[in-house]
Amino acid sequence: MQEQKTTVGLTIASDFEFVELAELVATNLAKLIEFDEDASTWIGMAVREAVINAIRHGNKQDPNKRVDLRFSLNNDTITVEVIDEGEGFDLRLVPDPLDPENLLKPSGRGIFYMRSFMDRVEFSHPPGGGTVVSMSRRKHSQGEVTSHAND
Amino acid sequence: MLTISQRQVGSITIVDLNGKITISEGSAQFREAIRQLVEQEKPRLVLNFAGVTYVDSSGVGELVSTYTAISKQHGQLRLLHVPPRIKELLRITKLLSVFELFDDEAAALQSFR
Repeated sequence: MQEQKTTVGLTIASDFEFVELAELVATNLAKLIEFDEDASTWIGMAVREAVINAIRHGNKQDPNKRVDLRFSLNNDTITVEVIDEGEGFDLRLVPDPLDPENLLKPSGRGIFYMRSFMDRVEFSHPPGGGTVVSMSRRKHSQGEVTSHAND
Repeated sequence: MLTISQRQVGSITIVDLNGKITISEGSAQFREAIRQLVEQEKPRLVLNFAGVTYVDSSGVGELVSTYTAISKQHGQLRLLHVPPRIKELLRITKLLSVFELFDDEAAALQSFR
Protein backbone atom coordinates (compact mmCIF):
# COMPACT_ATOMS: atom_id res chain seq x y z
CA MET A 1 0.00 0.00 0.00
CA GLN A 2 1.35 3.42 -0.91
CA GLU A 3 2.24 5.53 2.08
CA GLN A 4 0.08 8.61 2.40
CA LYS A 5 1.56 11.84 3.66
CA THR A 6 -0.35 14.78 5.04
CA THR A 7 1.06 18.06 6.26
CA VAL A 8 -0.62 20.58 8.52
CA GLY A 9 0.67 24.03 9.45
CA LEU A 10 -0.17 26.27 12.40
CA THR A 11 1.21 29.68 13.31
CA ILE A 12 0.64 31.14 16.76
CA ALA A 13 1.59 34.35 18.52
CA SER A 14 4.12 34.19 21.36
CA ASP A 15 1.50 33.96 24.05
CA PHE A 16 1.08 31.03 26.43
CA GLU A 17 -2.67 31.09 25.85
CA PHE A 18 -2.00 29.37 22.49
CA VAL A 19 -0.08 26.48 24.02
CA GLU A 20 -3.30 24.52 24.57
CA LEU A 21 -4.25 24.95 20.91
CA ALA A 22 -0.90 23.66 19.68
CA GLU A 23 -1.11 20.69 22.00
CA LEU A 24 -4.68 19.93 20.97
CA VAL A 25 -3.76 19.94 17.29
CA ALA A 26 -0.82 17.59 17.95
CA THR A 27 -2.89 15.20 20.05
CA ASN A 28 -5.72 15.07 17.54
CA LEU A 29 -3.41 14.58 14.55
CA ALA A 30 -1.72 11.71 16.36
CA LYS A 31 -5.14 10.14 16.97
CA LEU A 32 -6.01 10.71 13.30
CA ILE A 33 -3.28 8.30 12.24
CA GLU A 34 -4.38 5.94 15.01
CA PHE A 35 -1.85 6.45 17.73
CA ASP A 36 -3.51 5.15 20.87
CA GLU A 37 -4.90 7.52 23.50
CA ASP A 38 -1.83 7.27 25.67
CA ALA A 39 0.76 7.87 22.95
CA SER A 40 -1.31 10.76 21.56
CA THR A 41 -1.31 12.41 24.98
CA TRP A 42 2.47 12.14 25.31
CA ILE A 43 2.98 13.50 21.77
CA GLY A 44 0.74 16.45 22.65
CA MET A 45 2.74 17.07 25.78
CA ALA A 46 6.05 16.99 23.85
CA VAL A 47 4.68 19.61 21.46
CA ARG A 48 3.41 21.66 24.42
CA GLU A 49 6.90 21.71 25.96
CA ALA A 50 8.52 22.65 22.64
CA VAL A 51 6.05 25.51 22.15
CA ILE A 52 6.56 26.76 25.73
CA ASN A 53 10.33 26.84 25.12
CA ALA A 54 9.83 28.61 21.78
CA ILE A 55 7.68 31.30 23.38
CA ARG A 56 9.66 31.72 26.59
CA HIS A 57 13.31 31.13 25.65
CA GLY A 58 13.20 31.61 21.87
CA ASN A 59 10.88 34.53 21.27
CA LYS A 60 11.18 35.81 24.86
CA GLN A 61 7.40 36.34 24.89
CA ASP A 62 7.71 39.09 22.28
CA PRO A 63 4.13 39.47 20.98
CA ASN A 64 5.48 40.47 17.57
CA LYS A 65 7.25 37.15 17.11
CA ARG A 66 5.50 34.00 15.94
CA VAL A 67 5.91 30.28 16.51
CA ASP A 68 5.36 28.08 13.46
CA LEU A 69 4.34 24.46 13.76
CA ARG A 70 4.53 21.98 10.89
CA PHE A 71 3.04 18.55 11.32
CA SER A 72 3.78 15.73 8.86
CA LEU A 73 1.83 12.54 9.06
CA ASN A 74 2.23 9.23 7.29
CA ASN A 75 0.87 5.81 8.08
CA ASP A 76 2.92 5.17 11.17
CA THR A 77 4.88 8.32 12.04
CA ILE A 78 4.11 11.83 13.20
CA THR A 79 6.80 14.45 12.71
CA VAL A 80 6.50 17.90 14.24
CA GLU A 81 8.66 20.94 13.68
CA VAL A 82 8.40 23.87 16.10
CA ILE A 83 10.13 26.99 14.82
CA ASP A 84 10.77 30.20 16.72
CA GLU A 85 12.28 33.56 15.81
CA GLY A 86 14.77 33.72 18.65
CA GLU A 87 18.55 33.85 18.73
CA GLY A 88 19.09 30.14 19.18
CA PHE A 89 20.92 28.43 22.03
CA ASP A 90 23.74 26.02 22.73
CA LEU A 91 22.22 22.66 23.58
CA ARG A 92 25.44 21.65 25.34
CA LEU A 93 24.79 24.34 27.95
CA VAL A 94 21.36 22.99 28.90
CA PRO A 95 21.72 21.39 32.35
CA ASP A 96 20.77 17.75 32.85
CA PRO A 97 17.64 17.81 35.06
CA LEU A 98 18.53 14.35 36.40
CA ASP A 99 21.86 15.54 37.76
CA PRO A 100 21.49 15.49 41.58
CA GLU A 101 22.46 19.16 41.78
CA ASN A 102 19.62 20.07 39.38
CA LEU A 103 16.96 17.74 40.75
CA LEU A 104 15.33 20.46 42.86
CA LYS A 105 15.52 23.24 40.30
CA PRO A 106 12.07 24.59 39.46
CA SER A 107 12.69 24.65 35.69
CA GLY A 108 14.73 22.93 32.99
CA ARG A 109 12.74 19.74 32.39
CA GLY A 110 11.03 20.62 29.08
CA ILE A 111 13.63 19.21 26.67
CA PHE A 112 14.03 16.12 28.82
CA TYR A 113 10.27 15.48 28.67
CA MET A 114 10.26 16.00 24.89
CA ARG A 115 13.00 13.40 24.51
CA SER A 116 11.19 11.01 26.82
CA PHE A 117 7.91 11.21 24.89
CA MET A 118 9.27 11.13 21.33
CA ASP A 119 11.60 8.74 19.45
CA ARG A 120 13.70 11.53 17.95
CA VAL A 121 14.22 15.17 18.95
CA GLU A 122 16.71 17.35 17.07
CA PHE A 123 17.56 21.02 17.31
CA SER A 124 18.93 23.16 14.50
CA HIS A 125 19.60 26.83 13.97
CA PRO A 126 19.05 27.95 10.38
CA PRO A 127 21.29 30.74 9.01
CA GLY A 128 18.36 33.18 9.05
CA GLY A 129 17.99 32.83 12.83
CA GLY A 130 15.63 31.04 15.15
CA THR A 131 15.54 27.49 16.42
CA VAL A 132 13.93 24.53 14.69
CA VAL A 133 12.93 21.66 16.95
CA SER A 134 12.19 18.61 14.84
CA MET A 135 10.74 15.58 16.59
CA SER A 136 9.00 12.41 15.57
CA ARG A 137 7.40 9.33 17.00
CA ARG A 138 6.51 6.06 15.32
CA LYS A 139 3.60 3.91 16.29
CA HIS A 140 4.46 0.93 18.47
CA SER A 141 7.73 2.52 19.58
CA GLN A 142 8.97 1.78 23.06
CA GLY A 143 9.17 5.20 24.67
CA GLU A 144 10.63 6.07 28.02
CA VAL A 145 7.22 6.51 29.54
CA THR A 146 4.90 3.90 30.93
CA SER A 147 1.56 3.29 29.24
CA HIS A 148 -1.58 4.21 31.15
CA ALA A 149 -4.25 3.05 28.74
CA ASN A 150 -6.85 2.94 31.49
CA ASP A 151 -6.33 6.42 32.94
CA MET B 1 -8.97 26.79 35.47
CA LEU B 2 -7.59 25.52 38.76
CA THR B 3 -9.76 25.62 41.85
CA ILE B 4 -8.07 25.38 45.22
CA SER B 5 -9.73 24.77 48.58
CA GLN B 6 -8.28 24.08 52.00
CA ARG B 7 -9.24 21.86 54.91
CA GLN B 8 -7.61 21.83 58.30
CA VAL B 9 -7.06 18.59 60.23
CA GLY B 10 -5.32 19.57 63.46
CA SER B 11 -2.02 21.16 62.48
CA ILE B 12 -2.18 19.73 58.95
CA THR B 13 -3.55 21.66 55.98
CA ILE B 14 -5.07 19.60 53.17
CA VAL B 15 -5.18 21.46 49.87
CA ASP B 16 -7.74 20.05 47.45
CA LEU B 17 -6.75 20.87 43.87
CA ASN B 18 -9.13 20.63 40.91
CA GLY B 19 -8.16 21.36 37.31
CA LYS B 20 -4.87 21.88 35.51
CA ILE B 21 -1.51 23.07 36.81
CA THR B 22 0.14 24.34 33.63
CA ILE B 23 1.94 27.44 32.43
CA SER B 24 -1.20 28.72 30.70
CA GLU B 25 -3.62 28.00 33.51
CA GLY B 26 -3.19 27.04 37.12
CA SER B 27 0.51 27.46 37.83
CA ALA B 28 0.25 31.10 38.92
CA GLN B 29 -2.85 30.40 41.07
CA PHE B 30 -1.15 27.42 42.64
CA ARG B 31 1.99 29.45 43.41
CA GLU B 32 0.00 32.24 45.06
CA ALA B 33 -2.17 29.89 47.15
CA ILE B 34 0.77 27.82 48.32
CA ARG B 35 3.04 30.83 49.01
CA GLN B 36 0.96 31.89 51.99
CA LEU B 37 0.79 28.37 53.40
CA VAL B 38 4.51 27.65 53.22
CA GLU B 39 5.41 30.91 54.94
CA GLN B 40 4.10 29.48 58.21
CA GLU B 41 6.57 28.00 60.64
CA LYS B 42 6.96 24.23 60.15
CA PRO B 43 4.11 23.94 57.62
CA ARG B 44 2.46 20.52 57.31
CA LEU B 45 0.81 20.23 53.96
CA VAL B 46 -1.07 17.57 52.02
CA LEU B 47 -1.64 18.38 48.35
CA ASN B 48 -4.63 16.38 47.14
CA PHE B 49 -4.30 15.70 43.41
CA ALA B 50 -7.52 13.68 43.09
CA GLY B 51 -9.09 16.39 40.91
CA VAL B 52 -5.98 17.38 38.94
CA THR B 53 -6.40 16.52 35.28
CA TYR B 54 -3.13 17.74 33.82
CA VAL B 55 0.32 18.95 34.87
CA ASP B 56 3.12 20.14 32.56
CA SER B 57 6.78 20.92 33.27
CA SER B 58 5.71 24.25 34.75
CA GLY B 59 3.41 22.45 37.18
CA VAL B 60 6.17 20.00 38.10
CA GLY B 61 8.38 23.04 38.74
CA GLU B 62 5.77 24.49 41.09
CA LEU B 63 5.72 21.23 43.05
CA VAL B 64 9.49 21.28 43.36
CA SER B 65 9.39 24.92 44.51
CA THR B 66 6.75 23.99 47.09
CA TYR B 67 8.93 21.17 48.37
CA THR B 68 12.03 23.37 48.72
CA ALA B 69 10.07 26.21 50.37
CA ILE B 70 8.54 23.82 52.91
CA SER B 71 11.90 22.19 53.58
CA LYS B 72 13.44 25.60 54.31
CA GLN B 73 10.73 26.17 56.91
CA HIS B 74 11.42 22.71 58.38
CA GLY B 75 7.93 21.63 57.35
CA GLN B 76 6.62 18.48 55.72
CA LEU B 77 4.81 17.84 52.43
CA ARG B 78 2.74 14.89 51.27
CA LEU B 79 1.16 14.29 47.87
CA LEU B 80 -2.18 12.49 47.82
CA HIS B 81 -4.00 10.67 44.99
CA VAL B 82 -1.47 11.57 42.29
CA PRO B 83 -2.89 10.36 38.93
CA PRO B 84 -0.74 7.86 36.95
CA ARG B 85 0.35 10.24 34.20
CA ILE B 86 1.49 12.88 36.70
CA LYS B 87 3.24 10.16 38.68
CA GLU B 88 5.03 9.21 35.45
CA LEU B 89 6.22 12.80 34.98
CA LEU B 90 7.70 12.64 38.49
CA ARG B 91 9.16 9.17 37.95
CA ILE B 92 11.11 9.93 34.78
CA THR B 93 12.61 13.08 36.33
CA LYS B 94 13.61 11.12 39.46
CA LEU B 95 11.28 13.17 41.64
CA LEU B 96 9.46 10.17 43.08
CA SER B 97 12.45 9.83 45.38
CA VAL B 98 11.90 13.40 46.60
CA PHE B 99 8.16 13.42 47.28
CA GLU B 100 6.16 11.20 49.61
CA LEU B 101 3.06 9.96 47.78
CA PHE B 102 -0.07 8.42 49.30
CA ASP B 103 -3.27 6.97 47.87
CA ASP B 104 -5.05 7.03 51.23
CA GLU B 105 -5.80 10.28 53.05
CA ALA B 106 -5.75 8.75 56.52
CA ALA B 107 -2.37 7.17 55.84
CA ALA B 108 -1.06 10.50 54.54
CA LEU B 109 -2.22 12.26 57.72
CA GLN B 110 -0.76 9.57 59.96
CA SER B 111 2.61 9.82 58.20
CA PHE B 112 3.40 13.26 59.68
CA ARG B 113 6.06 13.07 62.33
